Amino acid sequence: MREIEASYISEKVKELCMEANYDLPEDVLLAFQEAKEAEESPLGVSILEQLQRNAEIARNERVPICQDTGFGVVFVELGEDVKISGGSLKEAVTEGVRQGYGEGYLRKSICHPFTRKNTGDNTPPIIHIDLVQGEELKIIVAPKGGGSENMSRVTMLKPSDGIEGIIDFVVNRVKESGGNPCPPIIVGVGIGGTFEYAALLAKKALLRHVGSSNADPELAGLEKDILNKINDLGIGPMGLGGRTTALAVHIEMYPCHIASLPLAVNINCHASRHKEISL
Amino acid sequence: MAKPINISTPLSDQDVENLKIGDEVLINGVIYTGRDAAHKRLVDLINEGKELPFDISGQIIYFVGPTPPKPGQVIGSAGPTTSYRMDAYSPYLIARGLKGMIGKGARSQEVVEAMKKYKCVYFAAIGGAGALLAKSIKKAEVIAYEDLGPEAVRRLEVESFPAIVAQDVYGNNLYVEGMKKYAR
Ligand code: SF4
Repeated sequence: MREIEASYISEKVKELCMEANYDLPEDVLLAFQEAKEAEESPLGVSILEQLQRNAEIARNERVPICQDTGFGVVFVELGEDVKISGGSLKEAVTEGVRQGYGEGYLRKSICHPFTRKNTGDNTPPIIHIDLVQGEELKIIVAPKGGGSENMSRVTMLKPSDGIEGIIDFVVNRVKESGGNPCPPIIVGVGIGGTFEYAALLAKKALLRHVGSSNADPELAGLEKDILNKINDLGIGPMGLGGRTTALAVHIEMYPCHIASLPLAVNINCHASRHKEISL
Repeated sequence: MAKPINISTPLSDQDVENLKIGDEVLINGVIYTGRDAAHKRLVDLINEGKELPFDISGQIIYFVGPTPPKPGQVIGSAGPTTSYRMDAYSPYLIARGLKGMIGKGARSQEVVEAMKKYKCVYFAAIGGAGALLAKSIKKAEVIAYEDLGPEAVRRLEVESFPAIVAQDVYGNNLYVEGMKKYAR
């Protein structure tokens, strides 16, 4: 058994919340550069350039990339041989989010669904916990903005809809989203499982390295195919026309019930923020 | 690219008539912020026949909810939020003389009709470029609805704030035209 202090977890989650919001991952920056070189619309190039400058300012001055510093979505992989001392894991993570959003000058964007009253400290977070073997604790903080989350959907296709049905739904979802989710976007697709599991797969797909391919060649081909179709829509940076609508399509799949074909599309904006640590 | 056009608030009918979709502009002067909750309150005031907390005629509203400023900062990161959520409210403000809106994403047909009728233009700012856009904001002051936190109405003084004319007073829509041009 290995013991980890709850307060130490809070401290790390706090740092991850700030880092994620200030520092755009290298893979996204590289994708901006590649997109800029390929973009045919002059306005699109100008927008991509400004996104690069924005990321640079945020990183150097340690200010948020985007004013929507998001919902605190936290993935935890908890080793079975880890014992948390001095508090519970959930409380420790929640406290970390509270401190990170407070001390990091991040926007508090969480409210009551009816009254819309703000909780004031960006809690509660969304915490996904996976039990794994070993004595490590891995934490990923992935702040998620509302604009792109609002454009995401889950649907239950018929098995007969097949791959064609999947492609149509994903491409149409991006088309209908237009400029709303701040293109260039990253498209997370979850296929199979159940209603809720498809959504979780789609969200996890967003954590992948931008532009990485699924290990299954069939899915890797499907990712490419959907990406090409999306970029042929012409939506472009900010939806104002261009060849760069999505930087990547990431698909994750799981077996499903003989009666169903669950499909989830989780859209992420170019402010694709996530930071992780293994303790 | 053509050189960006400098514009200063307040805007006249003629100012907005000169702007066409695709024009890059640099906005100077005073603009006001407002998003979902503030829009609801402003429109409630109009419906009750009451005064608005600021004179809206000739003005621009920026759909933004900034992050809290760090010590020494005028404002935190301040990029646009998605505009369609304001579609239900904007026509009321446009009828009151609002001349410009800054946000991201396309507007509804009702908003377009009001923009044509009363001469108002819709600018897109770069979504997610909050750190960069904050550099153009030289002064910020909450003037109404402080209880709304990030959603409070602020009076901003901006210099060379970059935006793109996305929908003009003639009903042209860059979200539609731009997409057509680059679709395959
Ligand atoms: S969609 Fe993303 S980049 Fe755009 S405003 Fe929201 S969080 Fe920021």
